[in-house]
Amino acid sequence: MNEPLFKTGDRVRIDDRTPPVHHRVPAYAKGRVGVIERVCGLHGKPEKFIRGDGEPRQRIYRVRIPQQELWEEYGGTDRDKLDIEIFEHWLEPAE
Amino acid sequence: MSEHHDHDHDRTFQPDHAEPTSDAARLGLALRELLIEAGHYTADEERQVIEAMQGASPENGAKIVARAWTDPGYRERLLDNGIEAIKELGFDLQPYEFTVMENTHDTHNVIVCTLCSCYPRALLGMSPAWYKSGSYRARVVREPRSVLREFGVELSDDVEVRVHDSTAELRYMVLPQRPDGTENWSEEDLAKLVTRDSLIGTQRELGQ
Repeated sequence: MNEPLFKTGDRVRIDDRTPPVHHRVPAYAKGRVGVIERVCGLHGKPEKFIRGDGEPRQRIYRVRIPQQELWEEYGGTDRDKLDIEIFEHWLEPAE
Repeated sequence: MSEHHDHDHDRTFQPDHAEPTSDAARLGLALRELLIEAGHYTADEERQVIEAMQGASPENGAKIVARAWTDPGYRERLLDNGIEAIKELGFDLQPYEFTVMENTHDTHNVIVCTLCSCYPRALLGMSPAWYKSGSYRARVVREPRSVLREFGVELSDDVEVRVHDSTAELRYMVLPQRPDGTENWSEEDLAKLVTRDSLIGTQRELGQ
């Protein structure tokens, strides 16, 4: 389970769900599609810290999303980006 | 801690903790006492962590930046694996990953934590109050160019803005651009140019 499911450049969708516990995915990122900017390490699963030890640990990725896809009437350029850290269990492949 | 188990708060509080004025603060202090009593850590270990954090400052980041400006090999290692590279200079941020984002003539990076206020505190010290404000956290992801303008950073459309939302276990620092005309400067003098805000990305040009 320690092998990353995704690699740099893969298109991924961030899940749109709201578990009733600490989960570290801000609302604005839910349901969004981005590209894996880099594969990071294994870290404690946030939903398992409220009762437990964060196991099993989960892979973190940096996901890059074009700003114009995130915000209506974004005031910058079409090259502006937002990079965000997302745990593997929040990602699924996207077209 | 006294020999008797008497919960004398005057003696068991860290002197730099404010007296609790809210239920949440009382709960936090009660939890602290329980964790210490259960042996998860000692009051002395806690004091050492507080002292280490209070000893941290943006000067640490400035040293790292100055080394990266003067040593291309170090710059490569820093951008590739920040946590290992800062160990070379005697710094550490574990258990976090440390990610350094480099500004270039056509890229500007800015750091935020929209969920709370994650910041590489053990390296750079306490974050500025504005970094923790709801206004900065909500706005810099949505309208970074407007927020940066308020900090005095005017970016043309030729410059790509990258906002980094520090939502999990990575901690960030911006590697600002080395000012022109500093080719012959010593590492020590270069470090003096680096400001806290330039390490967060709310300042772009460094003075000489």
